[in-house]
Amino acid sequence: MAPEMAEHIVKSFEVELNRLRALLTEMGGLVESQVAMACEAILSRDNAAATAAVETDVKVDALERDVEEFVIRLLALRQPMAQDLRLIVASLKITGDLERIGDYAANVAKRSLVLNQINLPFALAGLAHMSRLVQENLKSVIDAVGESDADKAVDVWRSDEGVDEIYNALFRELITYMMEDPRNITPCTHLLFIAKNLERIGDHATNVAETVYYAVKGEPLSGNRPKGDTSAYAVVRPNRE
Amino acid sequence: MIPPTSRLLRRRRVTNAVALTLSGAAAVFALFWLVWILLTTIYNGFAALSPRLFTQMTPPPGSEGGLLNAIFGSGAIIFFAVLIGAPIGILAGTYLAEYGKMRPIAEIIRFVNDILLSAPSIVIGLFVYTLVVGPSGHFSAWAGAVSLALILLPVVVRTTDETMRLIPNQLREAALALGAPQWRVVTQVMYPAARSGMLTGLLLGIARISGETAPLLFTALNNQYWSTDLSQPMANIPVVIFQFALSPYDAWHSLAWAGALLMTLFVLMVSVGARFFLRARNQS
Amino acid sequence: MTQVTTDAASGAPAEQRQDRGSVQVRATSGLNAPKMAIRNVEFFYGANKALKGITLDLPDRQVTGMIGPSGCGKSTLLRVLNRMYDLYPNQRATGEVVMDGQNILAPGIDLNQLRSRIGMVFQKPTPFPMSIHDNIAFGVKLHERLSKSAMDERVEWSLTRAALWAEVKDRLSASAMGLSGGQQQRLCIARTIATRPDVILLDEPTSALDPISTLKIEELIDELKRDFTIAIVTHNMQQAARCADQVAFFFLGEMVEVGPAARIFTAPREKRTQEYITGRFG
Repeated sequence: MAPEMAEHIVKSFEVELNRLRALLTEMGGLVESQVAMACEAILSRDNAAATAAVETDVKVDALERDVEEFVIRLLALRQPMAQDLRLIVASLKITGDLERIGDYAANVAKRSLVLNQINLPFALAGLAHMSRLVQENLKSVIDAVGESDADKAVDVWRSDEGVDEIYNALFRELITYMMEDPRNITPCTHLLFIAKNLERIGDHATNVAETVYYAVKGEPLSGNRPKGDTSAYAVVRPNRE
Repeated sequence: MIPPTSRLLRRRRVTNAVALTLSGAAAVFALFWLVWILLTTIYNGFAALSPRLFTQMTPPPGSEGGLLNAIFGSGAIIFFAVLIGAPIGILAGTYLAEYGKMRPIAEIIRFVNDILLSAPSIVIGLFVYTLVVGPSGHFSAWAGAVSLALILLPVVVRTTDETMRLIPNQLREAALALGAPQWRVVTQVMYPAARSGMLTGLLLGIARISGETAPLLFTALNNQYWSTDLSQPMANIPVVIFQFALSPYDAWHSLAWAGALLMTLFVLMVSVGARFFLRARNQS
Repeated sequence: MTQVTTDAASGAPAEQRQDRGSVQVRATSGLNAPKMAIRNVEFFYGANKALKGITLDLPDRQVTGMIGPSGCGKSTLLRVLNRMYDLYPNQRATGEVVMDGQNILAPGIDLNQLRSRIGMVFQKPTPFPMSIHDNIAFGVKLHERLSKSAMDERVEWSLTRAALWAEVKDRLSASAMGLSGGQQQRLCIARTIATRPDVILLDEPTSALDPISTLKIEELIDELKRDFTIAIVTHNMQQAARCADQVAFFFLGEMVEVGPAARIFTAPREKRTQEYITGRFG
């Protein structure tokens, strides 16, 4: 995976590994645009984008199956070792994460179709901020996959804390709206789920970052990831006896 | 069947046909003389075959007789030649293959041995004549046996050396890796592995010495009578053939043919035996 | 000098690192205490240096796999360990190989006794031209005087350990040359363990065998490591991955890297190891 390595002696294997990387970046790009469309759908109240995001999910799922089959074939026929083994196994995990990200994006898009029929009495500035950050992270991590860049992966891994912080703030904000006016409950509930989905997309992006790091470096990204999601305790602290 | 041929292909065919014809003709030419010799020997030899060959002594000129004393003499001389030559040859070959290996001394011995291998047998006869017959004052079967042993020796040395060196080194190392001392490796592993090859060499050596005439003329000479005393001259088939064939008597001529046939059959038997052992080795 | 990657903390001087290494290796990767300690061994074919400063521990009752391209010195190292090189003039080794507190490279070591403690199995099967029973008895008789029944027992024991007993028990007096290649190789292993050595050296033991015979030998290695310390040289990386607890990678007479098999094959630290095991060699 490391770019400075010499070419594989068996050229067809090198070609296949490159094809695997290409499949991953293709899938990454697709998921990236899917998330972008889903965010566009809520923030710009764009129903066409929402429909497109939902439809893209089918392609993402198909790509995931392609990668899975390809990986199994590579494992059986090439018996890869070391970096090749790590790349191939990592690909399997990364496609799993990307597929989940695609699902969350599709869910966000579906909810936006509902939200777009409701007039919102408040602005979505927090959500816009969060979606921007999540998309940035997603783009970086997909670049890290394509370039086998462990440093970039570590950056993504660290910056997910920011996403979590915005999510906590957004969580409090939406609860406040609901307390102010019960008519806000329907849109806010959808928005809560949307925010949660974006937060999950961020988490999967960090999973991908961890996988990329292992594939490149050969050792797990160690230390506790800075976890910023404290929304579970946002309203009531658990009573510890 | 045959696709249209290019000029190159046609030229190859022609070259091939010419080469095949020439080499085939050469083979036929060589075989022709060999077959002629064999047929003549068999034709004349069979005519002379009779039970008397094995019961009567070589006759004086003008009378009938057999080859009993010569057959016995040849057997005895060859037997003692093998008894002297084979053990020395096997031990020397073992030294070369197992201990000398590629050392300069071993290479020198191999070189000298090869010279001995191709030395004219008459030279060896003369050598034994000066060494044994001269000092003792008379011809003897012992001297004959010694001269034949000297011819056998380089053959046995060479085949023992080569056969043992042909055995994969891993077999030697495998035995040593178990902690076996070298003499055990040689006697218990290498000899059994080389056995058929060494036997083949010995048989080929016997086939070679059984037809030798020149050295025996200078050593064992001949004896018209039955004699089992190895310190005296002794009759033997090659010398009998030599003398009888050159004589003017018909009875002697036919005995010479019979002797030639017996010797040919003996060599044939030994060669077939050698091939048999060789095949046994190749199969294992 | 050569930088060898071990699982010990790197950066410390060689001897110090190795001393701490063996402790740390055990603590982190489940390798046993060394049975054989190879220290700074160099080997010369005439003026040609074939091994350069090899330092390696063979953990007790575990399998050490040695991999590397042809001519990298791994087989040479095996031949140092049982002093097989002594047979050939112009070959010599320096350094130390310590087994049970004794430097086996020291002059004055009884080679026959040493070789009875360090058995070796070769690339091609090397059955002796004698019966199956005698093949096994040959090595035993060199070092022990056993009654006929005790010898029969030993033959059965070693053939059983070598997973060959069931196949040959009815033809012990038949020639060993009539066995199949895989059987012959297992016979050679039986012959080696019959003298009850401490260490078994395997020099590409399956390179001449079919896949099923190969798997049988590998299963056997797994079984034998309960009693013997094993070093195996192999060109088959999957085989090293399957059999070895510890793997050492050799290149041009140097030992580039050593570590637990799982680490070497998933995440080697040295670029040369990485390139070799993934098939990217220059």
